[in-house]
Amino acid sequence: MEVLTILWREFVFFKRRFWKITSALIVSPLLYMVAFGWGIGDNLVVEGSNYMYYIIPGIIALTTMRSSFGAISMRVSVSRLHEKSFEYYLIAPISMYLLTLGHILSGALRGMYSAIIIILTAFVFGIAIKINLLFIFVCFLNSLLFAGLGFFAAMMINTHYDMNRFTSFIINPMSFLCGTFFSLRKMPYLIRSFIELLPLTHSTRILRAIALNGKVEVFSILVMLVYAIIFFILSVKACYEEAV
Amino acid sequence: MVEIKSVSKSYDDVKAVDNVSLIIPDATFMGLLGPNGAGKTTLIRMLLGLIDSDEGRMVIDGEDVSRDNHSLKKKIGVVPQHINLDKELSVKENLIFSGLLYKMERQLINKRTSELLEAMNLIRVKDRVCKHLSGGMKRKLMIAKALIHDPNIIFLDEPSVGIDLKARREIWDILKRMNSAGKTILMTTHYIEEAEYLCDKVSLMNDGKIFYCDTPMNLIEMIGRFTVEYFENSLETKFKYFKTLELAKDFASKINDKYTIRDTTLEDVFYSFANRMVK
Repeated sequence: MEVLTILWREFVFFKRRFWKITSALIVSPLLYMVAFGWGIGDNLVVEGSNYMYYIIPGIIALTTMRSSFGAISMRVSVSRLHEKSFEYYLIAPISMYLLTLGHILSGALRGMYSAIIIILTAFVFGIAIKINLLFIFVCFLNSLLFAGLGFFAAMMINTHYDMNRFTSFIINPMSFLCGTFFSLRKMPYLIRSFIELLPLTHSTRILRAIALNGKVEVFSILVMLVYAIIFFILSVKACYEEAV
Repeated sequence: MVEIKSVSKSYDDVKAVDNVSLIIPDATFMGLLGPNGAGKTTLIRMLLGLIDSDEGRMVIDGEDVSRDNHSLKKKIGVVPQHINLDKELSVKENLIFSGLLYKMERQLINKRTSELLEAMNLIRVKDRVCKHLSGGMKRKLMIAKALIHDPNIIFLDEPSVGIDLKARREIWDILKRMNSAGKTILMTTHYIEEAEYLCDKVSLMNDGKIFYCDTPMNLIEMIGRFTVEYFENSLETKFKYFKTLELAKDFASKINDKYTIRDTTLEDVFYSFANRMVK
């Protein structure tokens, strides 16, 4: 019931800002398609695949990350620090873990919405990638994981400026380093080992493996699940600390 | 009934609430009066379970206050000091959202929403997004949100701060009606005339301590019903309190400067007691 209540509230918000949200989500994939599709062209081959087909799963992983993280971190930080409406949850008879789950789920759904937009945009550019149930599940897991990180970040910051630092030091480096745009094979060993620890590396790897070869990267799915659980626990803890 | 038993709370080395005890019987309108930083909001936040006390107990309707006491939370309505509405939701959606959070049936939510929109005179703006409401409308909506689940106990933290006189009077009427309907109310305010007009009893708070609690009239009579206000040697305004008008007139006749004789207000009471405490 509580989770549905939060989802309803976020749906009303989404409905009210539908065109603003959708237009903002279309811009990035459109730029990627223009730059990497028309700009670099069809001639480039990476790891045996046409570059556009190679890059689309990475862009989906990247965009679902940014979209779910951004949606939830912005919404919760504004509600907590600016509107003060988050306090209403703490006063109401609602469990902290359901409160957290509701918000993270709403962020994950926003991530899924962005995935749909990228796939449709790619289709318009003539690129149709293989999608199966596991692909959809991994997209959702990636969105869930980063919505969890976004919620946790929003609960930890004291000002809106702190959120910019969080994005600059965590989200932006992941966007470029986790194999979304290029293969990690040529990276120096130490840097590659560090990149292997980051969750976006695993989501990119799984989505790419499914889309290009139909392979299943079980270890990476487990890593993502562990990250999702850790971010959920940290978020619930942050909620309890907010209430004290 | 709300019972606050020897409650203290410190932040670092500052005692925000210092050994406060207070009993609020059912259907009482209790005012908690004091300047900024007196500890009023901290006390309310402890009553809501948002902050843990360092010492003492808080009991509402026989149940200990705690963050996870959901059955108790359902009995309480809260109007916080700051506007905490969801600005992207409409007036009606804010009320529905509150009802859903309190796990009410949808039919009951619709019924209560209609009643409250009517009572708060918000019907004509029910579909307006909250960010486009006036300050007074926002405050009325906050009260409506606090009442959606029909609580028996209501905590109001500075409910009329920052709004114009007309809206404040409207809110006073709403609060009076709530109290007449048998609700127990604890209201913090630093608008003394608000406490004087609304409250059955008033607790005076300063530096984290409640130093007097009585009816407004008893508090006034304690220092004297008549006040002589005069500007001593054109340097400082002085106040003298008297039990009778004759005594006040007698004193005033000996003043060489301008003076005013008027009824004593709660503001005089607070000023007088706070000054005595400092001295």
